[in-house]
Amino acid sequence: MDFFDRFAVPHPSIAIYASMAAIGLTIIAVIAGLTYFKKWGYLWREWLTTVDHKRIGIMYLLSALLMLFRGGVDAIMMRAQLAVPDNTLLDAQHYNEIFTTHGIVMILFMAMPFIMFFMNFVVPLQIGARDVAFPRLNALSFWLFFMGAMLFNISFVVGGSPDAGWTSYFPLAGNEFSESVGTNYYMIAIQIAGIGTLMTGINFITTILKMRAPGMTLMKMPMFTWSALIANVIIVFAFPVLAVLLAMGTLDRQFGTHFFTMDNGGMDMLWANIFWVWGHPEVYILILPAFGIYSEIISTFARRNLYGYKSMVGSMVIISLLSFLVWAHHFFTMGQGALTNSIFSITTMAIAVPTGVKIFNWLLTLRKGKIVFTTPMLYSMHFIPLFTLGGVTGVMLAMSAADYQYHNTMFLVAHFHNVIIPGVVYAMLAGLHYYWPKMFGFMLNEKIGKRTVWLLSIGFILAFMPMYASGLDGQARRMYTYSEAAGFGLMNMISFVGAAIMAIGFVLIVYNIYFSTRYESRDISNDPWDARTLEWSTHTPVPEYNFAILPDVESNEALWDAKKNGHVLFKGDYEKIHMPNNSGIPFIMSCIFFVWGFSFIFSLWIPVIVTTLGIFGCMALRSFEQDHGRYISVKEIEETETNLRGA
Amino acid sequence: MKIDNSLPLEYSTEENSLKILGFWIFLGAEIMLFATLFATYFTLENRTGSGPTGAEIFQITPVLFETILLLTSSFTVGLGIHAMRIGKQKAMITFFSITLLLGLAFLGVEIFEFVTYVHEGAGIQTSAFTAALLTTLGTHGVHVTLGFFWGLFIILQIKKRGLTPQTTNKAFIFSLYWHFLDVVWIFIFSFIYLKGMM
Repeated sequence: MDFFDRFAVPHPSIAIYASMAAIGLTIIAVIAGLTYFKKWGYLWREWLTTVDHKRIGIMYLLSALLMLFRGGVDAIMMRAQLAVPDNTLLDAQHYNEIFTTHGIVMILFMAMPFIMFFMNFVVPLQIGARDVAFPRLNALSFWLFFMGAMLFNISFVVGGSPDAGWTSYFPLAGNEFSESVGTNYYMIAIQIAGIGTLMTGINFITTILKMRAPGMTLMKMPMFTWSALIANVIIVFAFPVLAVLLAMGTLDRQFGTHFFTMDNGGMDMLWANIFWVWGHPEVYILILPAFGIYSEIISTFARRNLYGYKSMVGSMVIISLLSFLVWAHHFFTMGQGALTNSIFSITTMAIAVPTGVKIFNWLLTLRKGKIVFTTPMLYSMHFIPLFTLGGVTGVMLAMSAADYQYHNTMFLVAHFHNVIIPGVVYAMLAGLHYYWPKMFGFMLNEKIGKRTVWLLSIGFILAFMPMYASGLDGQARRMYTYSEAAGFGLMNMISFVGAAIMAIGFVLIVYNIYFSTRYESRDISNDPWDARTLEWSTHTPVPEYNFAILPDVESNEALWDAKKNGHVLFKGDYEKIHMPNNSGIPFIMSCIFFVWGFSFIFSLWIPVIVTTLGIFGCMALRSFEQDHGRYISVKEIEETETNLRGA
Repeated sequence: MKIDNSLPLEYSTEENSLKILGFWIFLGAEIMLFATLFATYFTLENRTGSGPTGAEIFQITPVLFETILLLTSSFTVGLGIHAMRIGKQKAMITFFSITLLLGLAFLGVEIFEFVTYVHEGAGIQTSAFTAALLTTLGTHGVHVTLGFFWGLFIILQIKKRGLTPQTTNKAFIFSLYWHFLDVVWIFIFSFIYLKGMM
């Protein structure tokens, strides 16, 4: 029995037992359903082995929505616990676990795959390519991310969740203060997902640099593709830093080294520094593609070309450079001295300049535009003022002298939610509504969609504005409760109400998907929004090869040129198209990675060795394999095109 | 598969040139990985706790051997690629085999060096300095080990399939990787060993 004791949750509660039952029942239901409807073959052929960027994108989307639910439940539990003074809904340990998993799930397993979904689905279509540069690597990226996310999520029913915060600062995250395997989960699960993300970065830089349609120079790329390019460059430079950091954390926790310990020369602040050398660029990996989506949506629904294209690109390049030069602003109070703090203060405030340029560009795009208030546009219109507010409080936090008042208070929590929710989450939801017809061939209901936007914004303001006040009053973040005399009760109750309203908003999105699937018209054109870029020039649903003839491009709004100025997009005749074959290796290799990670977390060395050999075996297999892909014949293309045109 | 005969075989198809660019980007990521390790090492260099310092454990003889072995192997892999470009399969395989043998010899000396360190009381658990030192050296060593097997597989494929656009592409990318490991070693030699011995 000793062997199995290690898998027990060290701090069980009814919520955890209920989750165990729920997870078990869901798995049984999924297996039973797949067997009953005889869908195993379909699942394997069409999804698990696919290398099609559109399908991989949709799998990213499903994972992101699933993780949004998980992270959202964490959030509601936290707000409920803090709603009244001296609450006993959660104890200190559970609260620690929940704010830790909320942070990691929302950033790494919700926002990241959501961004990956947009990059996968949109970028090849927007640059007029047939797939990404390395389709099979793309599948491997997805499955590694997915296995990392699943591994992380089983932590709270097997062995215990991480509980040292999403930043996992040492010495708190060391063995002495984090005894359970929870922090091992943090190190290994994020490592596996991070490898996948790094490969996505390499893949998309190559795709965007080498596979653009004829005539599309770099300065004629649509703005979302530009933002994706820059975000991927940041990924390639930031994620190896995380990989090394997590490896050193693993060595400290499982192999007794002294990188971050308090004795034998170890330096705990080294963790904080390297973490944020990755962590701050990570924030921009999320926000830049979000900016790209807003740029597409605002210019589409203002019916105007994007104002200041070159300054948009320039400001993103400057943001990406500055993002690597600001990391110390996350710990102004941790003793690096006035000179260092001043330098990082200035670089941090400098980021506000290019960001401000972007805000003004959006506003000037709207000026004299014929604005159409669709759901994606409504999200964008709520984004501009709310995000600007978050940006301004960011400049407040950037002042290192004043930061002694704000540091680690609810003011900070309010600030970063104020940029992430209207910045990233609204962009994701706006983009979801915007690209939904291209993916599935019907629109999401506009009426429900717009009500959701208002509900989310009202909920957001109620949930996070009070935190600015209570933070300035001294309410620390990550405290699981407070006494009545502290006087934070009212503010936190308002926050809870706001969080509940936001939760209703998210439920409404799910209802909208259900409602629209049942009742919305399937009779929509290829270009339902009257948009401007290439992804709307191909059929809906998008055929496997994306474009029967590769488009010819003359500006950054190729489709608009075709519609308004008589530009001919598709010239010439059909030729046979080379496509990559499906492969099961990425999925199988990632499953082995999952077992490897699980064994590593529990220090089961024999399975670790076996699975390591398995992983290298998969790589060797791939090396010796000869796979030249396949061709789609002209006849097949003609048939597909006729069918899609007829529909 | 369109083959452009005006380019060297390893660049001759679109897929090949994508792979070469992709690998250069991967090497960019590798630079960040080693840069992080170096930054960690420089931070922890003098934090030796109760363990030995660099000057106490570094010995010039094995390090010089390692340097000569790895630098020579980088030269021979270059000769291999030259032989590949002029279509001499046999010479190429010979040079690649010499490269891998030199790599293996390098690993042998490095393992000997690690064993010596542990005997002198500088294991990975001794201090922050030894942890950073052995992790940096070890990461480089793991790269050489993976490179050894990778190169071996490529030799086997060239023996079986000859010099095709696919196999030459793999061999060329492997040579980029091997040169990169050499560059990293030059940094290790200069900024870890020589600096530590002074």
